[in-house]
Amino acid sequence: MNYSTLKELIELAENHDKKIFDIVQMVEAEQDFLSLEEVWDKMETSWRVMSHSIQKGLKNANPSVSGLSGGDAKKLSMSKPIYLSRELSEAVAMALGVAEINACMGKIVACPTAGSCGIVPAALTFAKKKHGYSEKEIISSLFTAAGIGIVCSINASISGAEGGCQAECGVAAAMASGALVELAGGSPSMVGDAVAICLTNQMGLVCDPVAGLVEIPCVQRNAGSLMQGILAAEQALAGVKSMIPVDEVIKAMQEVGEALPESLKETGEGGLASTPTGREMAKRLF
Amino acid sequence: MIKLGKADSVFEVIGPIMIGPSSSHTAAAVRIGQITRNLMENPVKRAVVKFHGSFASTGRGHGTDKAIAAGLLGFDPADERIRDALDLADKQGMDIVFENVDLGDDYHPNTARLEVLDTLGNSIVVTASSLGGGTISVVEINGLKIELSGEYDTLITIHKDKPGIVAKATAIIADYDVNISSMKVTRMRRGGQALMAVEMDHALPNEAIEKLNIIADTVRVIPPIY
Ligand code: SF4
Repeated sequence: MNYSTLKELIELAENHDKKIFDIVQMVEAEQDFLSLEEVWDKMETSWRVMSHSIQKGLKNANPSVSGLSGGDAKKLSMSKPIYLSRELSEAVAMALGVAEINACMGKIVACPTAGSCGIVPAALTFAKKKHGYSEKEIISSLFTAAGIGIVCSINASISGAEGGCQAECGVAAAMASGALVELAGGSPSMVGDAVAICLTNQMGLVCDPVAGLVEIPCVQRNAGSLMQGILAAEQALAGVKSMIPVDEVIKAMQEVGEALPESLKETGEGGLASTPTGREMAKRLF
Repeated sequence: MIKLGKADSVFEVIGPIMIGPSSSHTAAAVRIGQITRNLMENPVKRAVVKFHGSFASTGRGHGTDKAIAAGLLGFDPADERIRDALDLADKQGMDIVFENVDLGDDYHPNTARLEVLDTLGNSIVVTASSLGGGTISVVEINGLKIELSGEYDTLITIHKDKPGIVAKATAIIADYDVNISSMKVTRMRRGGQALMAVEMDHALPNEAIEKLNIIADTVRVIPPIY
């Protein structure tokens, strides 16, 4: 059993009357010659580290090594939300916080990359708090997220240097949206729609880190992409479908990534990095 | 352009567990330090670390210097002491100097060259690149071209180039039923110093290593890096 597209993954789940996470876990065990339990235990370890990074992130007041980021998560979590619900505002703080922990050399789980490490853990912690999902359900949903990440990596990219930020924060948001759909009892095909909607909204996002450091805009992109993930999950669960099939959306993302100029692919030479302030910061640091 | 491998495991998209901020500039740099340390028989005493390309331009902001030091100390990419690695190295009497160099266009933009001396005065020069997503490749050892991912149990021999050595070594490995996943042999010139790197699916038993020690001057067996 194997899959390389979301269509295949969805069909495998439907034909076996399983969830996507079951299929992803089974394929992983089969390919790595591990038992289902061993694969599960590894994922559980990742979840522990993610949870820990969330706790640390919400309290973190340390600036990063460069001083370009730090403390925003705390600001948000200490203030009374004005437009967002309390839960959503806290989720955004969690995404910022994990990204800040990454920037100040703390321990995180790359998901799919270090720059986009806050999105999936924040989405799942948000869902867990809101609906009281068990640890077991959350760890299962990480397999859903992973299956989506693998498909994106095979058919597009999960590297900002190759495909822009749509490949990192965009894919992270898609991973989160699919996980949220399965957590809430959504069908495999709803997972596909969530991924398609999510990537549609992140299409073209460029990678333009100031001074080449994983801080500006990366920390903020974690917050924005978290919201995109939740937004897509909400719509897919309501039955909204993507008119463009999900695997075609992923291919489109790959094409857009290839078409992006090198200056917008992690070189630190375009976008926010090349603004007068961005350049000034880079000069000051190096 | 940096080409990343396609993920074929869930732990490549959810993982690695690592110290930030960058898989290519931090986690990979720890691995480069780790593999260099593993290539030496004794603890590292002194290291001159030369940063090339984007390691030189943005490395400090990513903690690449701390990461390399951490690797030389034997820490893995998820060790929370990485942040303090420069101080810890100092306390252990390990002397590390960092420089920026231009190695030229033949090298990947994220490359470091480590000139290392161990506590018994043995030296080694390792050049390694960070390929993205935390993966690395050792591209040179003592000026000899090589390709090592560090993801496997690896056998390295340094020997005088003469006919039959490679065949003998692979025969010894086969005798112990260890499967070879890749192998590379290079030499300075005919009859000069030669290097063989063999990546294997399993660790070699000690008996095999003893036999290899008879045919090569230097034999190092290194475990897969974290
Ligand atoms: S801007 Fe670039 S470095 Fe930052 S998170 Fe996005 S892809 Fe990663």
